[in-house]
Amino acid sequence: MDPNPHPYLVLALLIALAVGFALGPLAAAWAWAKFFSPNKPGKDKNAIYECGLESTGDAWIQFRSEYYLYAIIFLVFDVETIFLLPFAVSFTSLPVGAFIAILIFILLLVEGLVWAWRKGFLVWK
Amino acid sequence: MIDEGLKSELQKQGVYVTTLEGLYNWGRANSVWPLTFGLACCAIEMMAASMARFDLARFGAEVFRPSPRQADLMIVAGTVTKKMAPLVVRLYNQMPEPKYVIAMGACAISGGPFKQGYNVLKGIDRYLPVDVSIPGCPPRPEALIHAIMLLQEKIMAQKLTGPDRPRHLNAALPSEFPVPAYGEDDLEPPKNPELWQPPAIKR
Repeated sequence: MDPNPHPYLVLALLIALAVGFALGPLAAAWAWAKFFSPNKPGKDKNAIYECGLESTGDAWIQFRSEYYLYAIIFLVFDVETIFLLPFAVSFTSLPVGAFIAILIFILLLVEGLVWAWRKGFLVWK
Repeated sequence: MIDEGLKSELQKQGVYVTTLEGLYNWGRANSVWPLTFGLACCAIEMMAASMARFDLARFGAEVFRPSPRQADLMIVAGTVTKKMAPLVVRLYNQMPEPKYVIAMGACAISGGPFKQGYNVLKGIDRYLPVDVSIPGCPPRPEALIHAIMLLQEKIMAQKLTGPDRPRHLNAALPSEFPVPAYGEDDLEPPKNPELWQPPAIKR
């Protein structure tokens, strides 16, 4: 006879306990609110809270999708800064191969900038 | 209802008995959460009251909530201008029941030194049911603490049933008060006549 026929039973019990621990207070709060709390809704009380002001307009405003270009151009400078600083710090001890590699890397980024410039994205319209 | 003498006798033996009403009110009175809401210089004293030297936390009232959804108490701390009055009333309406109002300082009570001003509301009790008024210009933090203690006494004395039960347990009474609108040269209406009934002066 196996002394422990259900080795995973304790795990299942613990999971049930954990779920009950999480859901129990929520259910108790829900039941309390449902049956005991003084429920007095109203026009102002159900309105959106805006520091006492009445909310105006719609929260679902639209942004122009072209703004993604500014995000990309920002990334060019962002990545450049991150890699240029360690490059500059260890500049004197770098081998020639590393120097050429970073030049190619900068060339790639500058290429993107030149592309954006020629397309006219740097002019705020 | 248990006899007071028996209650105290039992307490000496380590047995505490209470009513559901007493327990409910005890819990409410010791966790009055005020709304983070300052209008003028009284708010500075309100901040001081919540800081270490005066320590409003001793009374369970230090949890200033930045949203009316979680607040129990509105401390009208300062001059209520006519431009601000509708916002004050709307914030009060947005607080869940049960809710209480402390009018802090001379301005919130009556307009104070600015009573003659064309743009100053002459007391928030024209629109809201004030539970405790604190005189002073501005009142010291001790005065605010005293007001919180008075409010606690008031909450502890509230009956949960019967004709004089508090507003939040009486379905017939409204939970919201009308928000005044900006009129031509005053708020419309200038007061809530159901709330504001000053004693008539007999000459």
